[in-house]
Amino acid sequence: MVDFVWLIPALPLAGFLIILVFGRRLGDPTAGYLASAMIGASFLVTVGVFFDLLSKSAEERRHISTLFQWVPVGDLQIDLAFLADPLSITMCLFVTGIGTLIHLYAVGYMHGDERFSKFFLYLNLFALSMIVLVLGENLLVTFLGWEGVGTCSYFLISFWHERESAATAGKKAFVTNRVGDWGVMIAMFLAFQAVGTVSYGGLNAAAESGALSQSTATAIAIMLFIGACGKSAQLPLYIWLPDAMEGPTPVSALIHAATMVTAGVFLMTRVNPVIAVSAEWVTWTIAIVGCATALFAATIAVAQNDIKKVLAYSTVSQLGYMFLAVGSGAYVAAIFHMITHAFFKALLFLGSGSVIHGMHHEQDMRKMGALRKLMPITAITFIIGWLAIAGVPPFAGFWSKDEILLYAYAKSPVLYVFGLITALLTAYYMTRQVIMVFFGEARWADQADEHGAHGDFQPHESPKIMLMPLVVLAGLSIVGGAMQLPFSKDLHFLEKWLEPVIEFGEADISGTWPYDNKYLLLGVAVVVALTGIALSVLVYGKKKIEAIEPAILEQAWNYDRAVSAFMGGPGRQAFDGVAWVDANVVDGAVNGVAKLVQGAAGQARRTQSGYVRQYAAALGVGVVLLLMWFVVIRGIL
Amino acid sequence: MELFVFVCAAAMVLVGAVGVVVRNHPVHAALSLVLTLFGVAVLFVAQEAHFLAAVQVIVYSGAIVVLFLFVIMLLGVDNSEDLRIEPIPVQRPLAAVVGIGTLALLITAIVQGGDAVRSGSGAGIEDATITGDPDSNVRQIARDLFGDHVFAFELVAVLLIVAVVGTVLLSRRPDKAVASSGGRK
Amino acid sequence: MSAAVLAVEVTSTWYLVLAAALFCIGMVGVMVRRNPLIMFMCIELMLNAVNLSFVALASDLGDIRGQTIVMFVMVVAAAEVVVGLGIIVAILRRRPHATADDMAELKG
Repeated sequence: MVDFVWLIPALPLAGFLIILVFGRRLGDPTAGYLASAMIGASFLVTVGVFFDLLSKSAEERRHISTLFQWVPVGDLQIDLAFLADPLSITMCLFVTGIGTLIHLYAVGYMHGDERFSKFFLYLNLFALSMIVLVLGENLLVTFLGWEGVGTCSYFLISFWHERESAATAGKKAFVTNRVGDWGVMIAMFLAFQAVGTVSYGGLNAAAESGALSQSTATAIAIMLFIGACGKSAQLPLYIWLPDAMEGPTPVSALIHAATMVTAGVFLMTRVNPVIAVSAEWVTWTIAIVGCATALFAATIAVAQNDIKKVLAYSTVSQLGYMFLAVGSGAYVAAIFHMITHAFFKALLFLGSGSVIHGMHHEQDMRKMGALRKLMPITAITFIIGWLAIAGVPPFAGFWSKDEILLYAYAKSPVLYVFGLITALLTAYYMTRQVIMVFFGEARWADQADEHGAHGDFQPHESPKIMLMPLVVLAGLSIVGGAMQLPFSKDLHFLEKWLEPVIEFGEADISGTWPYDNKYLLLGVAVVVALTGIALSVLVYGKKKIEAIEPAILEQAWNYDRAVSAFMGGPGRQAFDGVAWVDANVVDGAVNGVAKLVQGAAGQARRTQSGYVRQYAAALGVGVVLLLMWFVVIRGIL
Repeated sequence: MELFVFVCAAAMVLVGAVGVVVRNHPVHAALSLVLTLFGVAVLFVAQEAHFLAAVQVIVYSGAIVVLFLFVIMLLGVDNSEDLRIEPIPVQRPLAAVVGIGTLALLITAIVQGGDAVRSGSGAGIEDATITGDPDSNVRQIARDLFGDHVFAFELVAVLLIVAVVGTVLLSRRPDKAVASSGGRK
Repeated sequence: MSAAVLAVEVTSTWYLVLAAALFCIGMVGVMVRRNPLIMFMCIELMLNAVNLSFVALASDLGDIRGQTIVMFVMVVAAAEVVVGLGIIVAILRRRPHATADDMAELKG
């Protein structure tokens, strides 16, 4: 079964091609069902491969399926190959699984849109790219998928491109990603130069055996981290993710919650041996950037009023947690949180999509309220998602977040404290969102006129095809924690499964204070979560305390403005300078050579006077010179 | 005696050559050329190349120069250039330099290298006074020409025919029938 | 005096020097004259100089092949004159009184 790993990307590719040719004819909803079927089949194949790998022993869980020789150029030998090992199959499982759910959801959400088939075209292309990214056996195949998801992100964010804001957001996402992509490319070049290969097997083996020098490993790790910052929206390259909410909600759920943004964390985990042999400051940088981003984004989420923007900043914040985990050497925890986050964030996004759909595309939370009676299933599933992200046991988010905080404490208590503050804020703003949307007074009653009212404006529950994925994801959010419970080593299923991939880089905290007192810290985490919820209820529910939502938080610390000012001002001048050099120095050199040749030819032309006698004279001069050479210089004969 | 012949013939040659170069009128130049060719023929005789002397007179001065004169008459080129003016300023000094330079270098080469050429590699030229046969030169040339060099001889014959045909085509006036039909009605 | 004069031997060197002089006069003529026909005549001078040097060397080296070559030179010279004059006729028919300087269409 594991030989069929190539089917996993092949099925969405087939879906893409079929919809490319027949999409318009298939129409609404057949194109959607076809796309969902393709990725569903992909999921089934992934499950098959998963069980096949499970049946093997730990050392054998590594299968490489080479399709063809992609770049055979002298020393550079790169194959288009897929690597089926615990890490990649885990990623594949939730990418294809959640992907299928979201495809089905989108059939309902995008119903009536005039470009229905095109949406599924892009979605299948995205699925293909993400799978290629995850299954890649070497950096170049991963990069192929990396670029692919970036492109699809651009297509999908600016799907409603008649809206200027959507078109701009798409461009912003693409350009910001590109800044990060430069890092990945440099890392690839360095890897080839140092080790002679870009394959993960070769690179990681070199790192583990000590063949990779610390400086090279540091350079590669930092460059890949820059790429990861771009793709996974960390400081300073997170700016595209909030704007990316311009895209349809299924896009936000799939790309910007569950899959694409996790690509950065995945990449870091893939090259964990390289990070392990790099300089100390690399892991500190990753951890600090992750922690700072988590806190930064959480503070902004507190003051947002668009239902999707809150979730966007929440995603940035949770990704920060994952990088904190990577920096602390907790790769298992990072992957664990990635999976649980995929469950509950996709659930939250899809739930918000259901709310938006039911509110006739109203997204401002200040105009919602008391929706739980009108949208019961959406409300219940959303609440489950809320509890998961807030970190309330026994829901999934609690276990993964706690694991990360444990390792963070082992790295540095300061990081732990900031992580805890972020957890508090997370609980706070998510509760705020739930209260504003589902509880309190109904603030939507006077919106009748704004929505071209047909009599009374009444928000309604969404169709079953949109509710089914919500229910499934809610179930996963409840039980998801079971894959890595901290109570006993026997329950560490995820760690045992991932061990062959991460054992070199995983930090060992068995003797440290946090590990020994982990139940104490577990308790602290629960208390913090409940405190956050309670505070939020007091502020927004019972209205006992004044809400603190300073404008600067709403404006996201004016970060965007600062970036624009820099790019528009000194940035632009620098670029103009570079452009000038290109036009005048580089082009000037080329044109200069041409002009020189032209000038020389122009001068040489003057010998062609057209006068035969002058040509004869020239011949005569040649004769004299030749004779001179023979007679004077060489001697006679 | 030989010296006297040489000096006279050399004088004819040089005077004729200079005449070709400096005479304004083309017919005068052609007649100077005839003088040069006769001088060269005399020098041929002095070198025991009797056949060549005859050919020189008949072919060169008898045919080629006559051809020149025919063309001069046909085209009516009387005084088409004035030697007092020279449109290209650098030409005359350059020609002088080239001419004198070449002459000097050639003379140097001839004088210095004279000894090296004395090795006679050939079978020898038959002298009529020794063999007693007045046609010995013709005979020897004939043997060489039609023997060792017959292939070149045939080729040269072809060359002559080609040249003649080519020239006839070149200098034809356009057909009267073509000219009249060429004009559109 | 005549005995002294008559004792001077005319070697092939003298003929070669004469041929060189004739050649140079011809060369100068080609460079200086503008009338195409006279330029042609100067070329004939150069050919004759070559013939003369061939014959002188033939008698010097005792090789009849020198004279055979002269035979060929004369034939080729004749063919060349025929074609050349044909061309000159063709050109000067169109442009009467043209000189070599007037025919400068190949100016670069």
